[in-house]
Amino acid sequence: MRAAQPTATTRRLEAHLHRRARWRWPEIVFWVAALGAIVVLPSRAALINEILIAGLFALSLDLILGLTGIVSLGQAAFFGLGAYSAAILASKGFADPTLGLLFGAAIAAVLGLATAPLLLRGGDLTRLMVTLGVSLMLGELANRNGWLTGGADGLNFSMGKVLGLFPIGFTGQRNAALYSFAALFILFAVARRLAQSPFGLALAAIRENRLRAGALGIATSRRIVAIYTVSAAYAGAAGALLAETTQIVSLDLFDFHRSADVMLMLIIGGAGYLYGGIIGAAVFIVLRDVISAATPEYWEFWIGALLVVLVLIGRERIHDFAVRAASSLAPDAARGDAA
Amino acid sequence: MSVPALEARGLVKQFGALLATDDVSFTIQAGARQALIGPNGAGKTTLINLLTGVVEPTEGQVLLQDHNVTALSSSQRVRLGLSRTFQINQLFPHLTPAESLGLAISERNGSGADFWRVAGTRPAIVAEIEELLTRFGLEGEMDQPTRKLPYGKQRLLEIALALATRPRVLLLDEPAAGVPEEERQDILAALSALPADVAILLIEHDMDLVFTFATRISVLVAGRLLTEGEPEEIAADERVRAVYLGEDAG
Repeated sequence: MRAAQPTATTRRLEAHLHRRARWRWPEIVFWVAALGAIVVLPSRAALINEILIAGLFALSLDLILGLTGIVSLGQAAFFGLGAYSAAILASKGFADPTLGLLFGAAIAAVLGLATAPLLLRGGDLTRLMVTLGVSLMLGELANRNGWLTGGADGLNFSMGKVLGLFPIGFTGQRNAALYSFAALFILFAVARRLAQSPFGLALAAIRENRLRAGALGIATSRRIVAIYTVSAAYAGAAGALLAETTQIVSLDLFDFHRSADVMLMLIIGGAGYLYGGIIGAAVFIVLRDVISAATPEYWEFWIGALLVVLVLIGRERIHDFAVRAASSLAPDAARGDAA
Repeated sequence: MSVPALEARGLVKQFGALLATDDVSFTIQAGARQALIGPNGAGKTTLINLLTGVVEPTEGQVLLQDHNVTALSSSQRVRLGLSRTFQINQLFPHLTPAESLGLAISERNGSGADFWRVAGTRPAIVAEIEELLTRFGLEGEMDQPTRKLPYGKQRLLEIALALATRPRVLLLDEPAAGVPEEERQDILAALSALPADVAILLIEHDMDLVFTFATRISVLVAGRLLTEGEPEEIAADERVRAVYLGEDAG
């Protein structure tokens, strides 16, 4: 055992390694604001619910893309599978939302575990095509097995109350948003913890330098399979939430545009720090809502323009510019800077 | 005779028409300070890749403490005590030295798959990170992203990371490559302070470094082991002078 008095170096080292462990105030503000929005804006509960679910879906992509550096264009496979699993379970009479959520996540995790080995070989292009292919196959399976999935007609079903108390769905949209909020927050907290663990550090090492990660004895393939499975479970949970809160599923859940949109959201918000997906989802969906109210046909034009600007100029430079602009708007601060 | 720490038996590596490694056999004893020298293109890096499992041999075997590890992956070999550094830095640019070392230590002691405990909360791991940072003079830079470290410090982190896996055999691939003259002393000091029980194979171009450090030298020429011996023998060997030291002599 070490001496009781830690050295200054030890303290500095510990402080450095724990620097992200404590929840900081911007994070607390973020979550309080999200919860506040549901309470203050009940008329927009459906929109907020959509943002929270898309945020969870984007978080699932961040786990593999942002943390581990594994690209995917097939997250819709897990999203759709989670949604259909929860829907089918409910249509068979097991209508408890929490059960459906866990079921959807679990089934998606199984598919994630089964397809993860396909990601271990080849480069990014291979991975993009493999993940895209899996989601196409799943969409077609759902289409062909109408006895189970309702085929092109989709599936309508009714949901029980959350915890047996709170009805969700068309008449309980605020409850639905609160339910999605709770699920997102819990899964986010788990992801946040995971990112700071030795396991999360190993994922960062795989992203940064896979050769060296292997040379430190990290079983890189196993770690990739593990995080891909977790990511699939998260995407499945997002799909299950969407199915449960809208009480309808259709084949478009497997569509390519879902996988593409979720990547857009993550890139808009910034990959690798876990909040990016939620922020990107909010920007994406609010912009779509605002712009499509003004010019219904052209909202994708503006999303596209935003994406080009973000990628070419870079988020950091925009951030710096915003900080400078904000300080010049505050006259006192600006004078202080000038002096 | 004791079991060698590392043994190569008849290693052959063929890349298409190129015979990069031609029937190389040699042993490294526990705690040895051995150097591998040879002119450019002699196949030194290929040999390291064969020993560490980055490249599969066409023929031959690699034995670690008498265990045949030829079929094992490089990360499995690391866990059995065979570690290496890289000629070109292979670090984690956005992680800090403290995080990188903590990662290597957690992997070694089996807590690397722990997904719930915040990294760096185990006192034993923190103590070991600190010990390594101090040993390699990296305390000042411990919380800087690795990409911002001066090149010489990055070279030291290369060695520190390899040592964090607690190897029994450590392969150092040109540890002083590209290090400016004034920082070379730090590398040399770090090398001479490596634990005595770790067998070390040094691959190096810098003859001063080789002759200061090694007690045994192997000479590789065109994929073949030309000769092996103590530094004085190697320095006196006419064939070595001809193919290799001759370059310096002019």
